[in-house]
Amino acid sequence: MRPVAVEAMLPFFSGRFANPSGSHRFARDARRAVDEARDQVADVLGVAPGEVVFTGCGTEADNTAILGAGGVAVCSAAEHHAVLHPVLEHGGTVVGVDATGQVDLDRLSAALTAETAIVSVMAVNNEVGTISDLAAVAKLVRRLAPRALLHTDAVQAVSWLDVRTIAPLVDLMSFSAHKFGGPKGVGVLTISDGVSVDPLIIGGGQERERRSGTHNVAGIVALAAALVEADDQRAGENERLAALRDRLVDGVSGAVDGVVETVPRDRKVAGSAHLCVEGIESESLLYLLDEAEICASAASACASGAMEPSHVLAAMGVDRALAMGALRLTLGHTTTIDDIDRAVDVVSTSISRLRRVSVR
Amino acid sequence: MKVMLAMSGGVDSSVAGALLLRDGHDVVGVTMKLWGGDSDSGCCSVSDVDDARRVAQQLDIDHLVFNFGDDFNARVVDPYVRDHALGVTPNPCIECNRHVKFDRLLVRADQLGFDAVATGHHARIGHRAHGSLTLERGFDAAKDQSYVVHMLDQHALARTLFPVGDIDKTEVRRLAAEMGLRTASKPDSQDVCFITSTGGRETFLGDRITFRPGRVVGTDGDHLGEVDAVEMVTIGQRRGIGLPGGGPKRYVVDVDVPNATVVVGADDDLLRAVMTVERLTWIDGPVEGEVLVQCSAHGDTRPALVAGEGHEVRVEWRDRQRRIAPGQSVVFYDLDDRCVLGGGVATR
Repeated sequence: MRPVAVEAMLPFFSGRFANPSGSHRFARDARRAVDEARDQVADVLGVAPGEVVFTGCGTEADNTAILGAGGVAVCSAAEHHAVLHPVLEHGGTVVGVDATGQVDLDRLSAALTAETAIVSVMAVNNEVGTISDLAAVAKLVRRLAPRALLHTDAVQAVSWLDVRTIAPLVDLMSFSAHKFGGPKGVGVLTISDGVSVDPLIIGGGQERERRSGTHNVAGIVALAAALVEADDQRAGENERLAALRDRLVDGVSGAVDGVVETVPRDRKVAGSAHLCVEGIESESLLYLLDEAEICASAASACASGAMEPSHVLAAMGVDRALAMGALRLTLGHTTTIDDIDRAVDVVSTSISRLRRVSVR
Repeated sequence: MKVMLAMSGGVDSSVAGALLLRDGHDVVGVTMKLWGGDSDSGCCSVSDVDDARRVAQQLDIDHLVFNFGDDFNARVVDPYVRDHALGVTPNPCIECNRHVKFDRLLVRADQLGFDAVATGHHARIGHRAHGSLTLERGFDAAKDQSYVVHMLDQHALARTLFPVGDIDKTEVRRLAAEMGLRTASKPDSQDVCFITSTGGRETFLGDRITFRPGRVVGTDGDHLGEVDAVEMVTIGQRRGIGLPGGGPKRYVVDVDVPNATVVVGADDDLLRAVMTVERLTWIDGPVEGEVLVQCSAHGDTRPALVAGEGHEVRVEWRDRQRRIAPGQSVVFYDLDDRCVLGGGVATR
């Protein structure tokens, strides 16, 4: 977590502990903290404060958007499971993507109808880092499905893109604090004025009856602090981390053969390095990296903790054998050039080692 | 040694971990995610994985989950379904040991720099005077699992450890309880992991193959009745073959799936003097001559003469034996009934 976020949340575990929904002086203090956080969040996300709904996580924000819209949902095949599963559960339509993970606009056009209730296309793909052309998506949706709401899962976007440029294109946006240096267990769904989605959680009527449940004040305050800092540092970090990412990918590709860069760099965010390594298995590579205290990922894990073959790579048409060698290295505000040089060394030697003892 | 411990979430592999640590090994626990569908312990056997992870935490060792689901489907589940469609009764747990636990996992362990793979099987590995390794029955005769790991060869034996093979099950549970391991009183698993107790084999196979109704005939060809699914009938079976009760005991003596015919006869009609065994593996090279033969996980052994080399051997029983269903594993033991010599699969 960003130190500013840790610092921001601490008072709310001790002195400023009240429930903001109360009416006494301590409640008013907590209320003020939530209100101020909401203003800060609204400013960075390019929406009005009344359009900000605090949730328990990004998944809740995504679920609320898809399920709350009611009716037929359409999404891209590269969406996070938090979008994909509710769309599929309710008989929605999943639209294919191109080789970079970008939603196929022709297929999207074909899927849109006057009955479409909601369309969801992520701003930045969580596995491969591809940036969606949301302007083009919005144009299509407004023309072909004028009654549909447009949602974007922007959980991965905050550190890399100015969300103020995305907000005018869409009706609903999802965020999660832990993706930009805030705590786990708090997220945001923005709902544009005039747009109505049914709440997923009902009860006390908090968040203007759009999300009931006692506010996670410490989490909300920390989310806002992290978001403001991430926004301030975005331009500089984008430049710094793009250079480090290039150094990482070029370093590994230069050291060993058979390393495929999954998405061209000009199509993706700076902090994402996604490689498919020929002739090895991700599980083995991740073990060796972990042993060397380099924490990486391949795809997503199922309930048992086992790595599942990536549905994103499958949707992009990446050969299954190659996809089994996926490696996802993420850079962020704490990443240094020394980290990168060490990663290049460890990743390259681990790949060579695994190839020496090949699978029968 | 650096040891990769296969943790199923059961008490045997839990205690195996504790014993390895006691002996000073560097241990990493691994649970293999094999079956992605429904099971008696949840989707992907998630509650077993939870148990394994919590035991690993108690033992203070790292715990990883490896997804061998593709291999399991291709090498165990698909053949299981295919074999049934052909009227063969396979043993999927043995195929899993053969292709996944002692092949896929051993290679993975090699790749990652481990010296050995350990499991919670009740079997023992010994040394012969001339240096080769033996696979022997577990100390606890009632829990012995040498039958299900009979396919190990010298290369695999050299890199395998069975830490609980030297102690009996009561002692395993006592040690687990003494150490406060959460699996101490967890019941032994008995069944095929991808078959649920509620749905059974019939539901599993019924979802994957189209059952064919079959005729039930006597050894003389007389029509006696009908069965709904000829694929579900196994040689030696006595119940559920659509015959009225009360008459003489009748057993399935043959199943002809292509012609959808089940042949039933008296106990005596099942007896055979000879059988053939294929897909052979040998612990330390092929063996001929007198051996003891075991044809099910906890079955008795019977004396026989093994003859022939290559892809198939002939087993001549000293006394005629009930016919073994094709697909069943047949394991040869030495005359002391202690060491596994090799094994294979009964042919049609």
